[in-house]
Amino acid sequence: MSLCKRLFTLLAVSLLLPMTVSAADTEIRNIEIGYLQLQLPKPPLLSNILPDPDDSGLQGARVGISDNNAGGRFLGLHYDVKELVSTDKEALFTQGRQWADQGIQYLVVNLPAAELTTLAQQLSDTGVLLFNAGSPDDSLRISNCSANVLHTLPSRAMLGDALAQWLISKKLKRWLLITGTRPEDKLYADAIRRAAKRFGGKIVAEKDWTFDSDLRRSAQAEVPLFTQTTEYDVVIVADEKGDFGEYVLYNTWYPRPVVGTQGLTPVAWHRAVEQWGAAQLQSRFEKQANRWMNSVDYAAWAAVRTVGEALSQGADNSGPKMRNFLLNKDFQFAGFKGRKLTFRDWNGQMRQPIELVQPRALISQSPQEGYLHPTNELDTLGYDKPESQCRISESGAK
Amino acid sequence: MKHLTMRRLALSLLMLPAMSAGTAMADVAYVSNEKDNSISVIDLKTLEVVETIEVGQRPRGITLSKDQTQLYVCASDDDTVQVVDLATKKVIENLPSGEDPEQFALHPDGKHLYIANEEDAIVTVVDVDSRSVTAQIEVGVEPEGMTVSPDGKLAVNTSETTSMLHWIDTEQKHLVHNTKVDQRPRHVVFSHDGKELWASSEIGGTVAIIDVATKEITHKINFEIRGIHPDKVQPVGVELSQDGKLAFVALGPANHIAVVDAKTYKVIDYLLVGRRVWHMAFSPDEKLLLTTNGISGDVSVIDVEKRKVVKSIKVGRYPWGLAVKAD
Repeated sequence: MSLCKRLFTLLAVSLLLPMTVSAADTEIRNIEIGYLQLQLPKPPLLSNILPDPDDSGLQGARVGISDNNAGGRFLGLHYDVKELVSTDKEALFTQGRQWADQGIQYLVVNLPAAELTTLAQQLSDTGVLLFNAGSPDDSLRISNCSANVLHTLPSRAMLGDALAQWLISKKLKRWLLITGTRPEDKLYADAIRRAAKRFGGKIVAEKDWTFDSDLRRSAQAEVPLFTQTTEYDVVIVADEKGDFGEYVLYNTWYPRPVVGTQGLTPVAWHRAVEQWGAAQLQSRFEKQANRWMNSVDYAAWAAVRTVGEALSQGADNSGPKMRNFLLNKDFQFAGFKGRKLTFRDWNGQMRQPIELVQPRALISQSPQEGYLHPTNELDTLGYDKPESQCRISESGAK
Repeated sequence: MKHLTMRRLALSLLMLPAMSAGTAMADVAYVSNEKDNSISVIDLKTLEVVETIEVGQRPRGITLSKDQTQLYVCASDDDTVQVVDLATKKVIENLPSGEDPEQFALHPDGKHLYIANEEDAIVTVVDVDSRSVTAQIEVGVEPEGMTVSPDGKLAVNTSETTSMLHWIDTEQKHLVHNTKVDQRPRHVVFSHDGKELWASSEIGGTVAIIDVATKEITHKINFEIRGIHPDKVQPVGVELSQDGKLAFVALGPANHIAVVDAKTYKVIDYLLVGRRVWHMAFSPDEKLLLTTNGISGDVSVIDVEKRKVVKSIKVGRYPWGLAVKAD
């Protein structure tokens, strides 16, 4: 009886087999994704105790590749990443061109805005699709758009808006804005000013940080006087590299919270994010990189994963077709942020909630409750369609 | 083979006294509290928590043994499946489970647990009698939902990041098919007749109905709740009534349960429950449906016939899974 049953089961199983999809039966297709990173010299910083990792972005791309492969093998897809990290931008441009000539369709780029724009121009005749995982510059999203570039890293305006929504929800309306000396600090401050206007914050005082003393020794003496201005509810710091901002906390004239690039920070990603299934991504990342995953890692990871998801949802393996597939409103991507992520079809920006974190905890996620939008609440963050001159989906794929 | 059967017989004879002791109690529900490392025991007559059982770290999926004398608990952060003896309310054993077990399903034979190992992209099959791993099957990234068909021939796993359903032949212990579904599939369940498979996609916002014979999606259910952004409607748990007429879908941060006509796949009603509702279980007579609400830290009790939430019961922090034991 039991033998009979076994035989029957075996028979049933063998009948099942012909209609199966298994990777072994199908031809394996190789998908290569290039990764380019410009290694900039590190400026001297006052708060240099915990330096930023050199491989921000690169490690995210690698984890994205292994995530893609884990699913790709069921579809006969194998992913590889080709990497170049260099201090020489010309070498990066040359490599990008060579990879394009070899047939690579996708590049994840971790470059400053100017270099990104140059590379995008140089590759505009190749059909290669670029993912910006390194530059938060708003100009790339509002005026200086490239039709062959999508952005997985949030822009400064998105970060500023996310912060402003939270501040206004908390009734912290009077802001003191302190800006560092670097050009990117000025751009961050611009995003904060724009957000103030959009959401009803009032910048009661603005200060530029120009001190050159060593704050590790003198913050207690310098910062209180420096922050003795018209009374504010909150201090917003624009210091992207972390030169002086860390020393503003707990040293302000009025005992007020510090937010912006230090203190409570709006980010694309942080180790403190563990909701929405993120705990698993964090541990995959840490196993591989031996450090915490940051926003640039997340942007590079999301770029690679987006390609993987689109191919498994039926996109063709070509840069221009991929671009159109991703810009289509039907494309959806689960990126551990609690809601589906899509791309803005006017400027190629990936819509995403922004996390507000302090160094060891997730405090909130924007958009905040009550900030409504006619089509998508996520578009309350950053430059919305009417505010951007870009219409990349109308320019068609090159 | 024969030896094993003898052993099982001996085992079930041994269990008899424990079972009769159990009959003195009412129906009870067990709730795993993910951030409290405990199981809350709810008396289904009084609808009150009567006991709390200490278990391992980050308990998530829970299920009863076939004879209902033991509770299996995925202690995710301890990388083990714990066996709780329900008579003594103590953890009596740690089963090998593979890394980070999250959800599992007991094969109708009562002997094999199919465990989704979330961090390892693997499904581990454990023989609960011999306490050994009989097979490990590679699946997609972040395996989560797990179920076994009523006839025991197929096990299905969902991989959240790969967004696929992986069909496993339970005899051969290998993959026979993969079905691509919407983003982040969380939960799968077979219809009681074994002909359909229901699969929820948390980020996709849909529930897919799959024909088991062809393994193709035949229907997709969408949900729409007034005043709630569609992106926040995130289906997770799915429970099907024994008579095949109704389906209940837990909608996560939308804080609602959808009541679905299981024949026409139309949504009939939405019931407001606690915050971030993920999993559910029926009382043995199916008059009540219980839900775990992670953020509000409670269990909502739904009167199935009246389609009304009749009570919410405070449990531990981040209640996750549910298992119900009949009187």
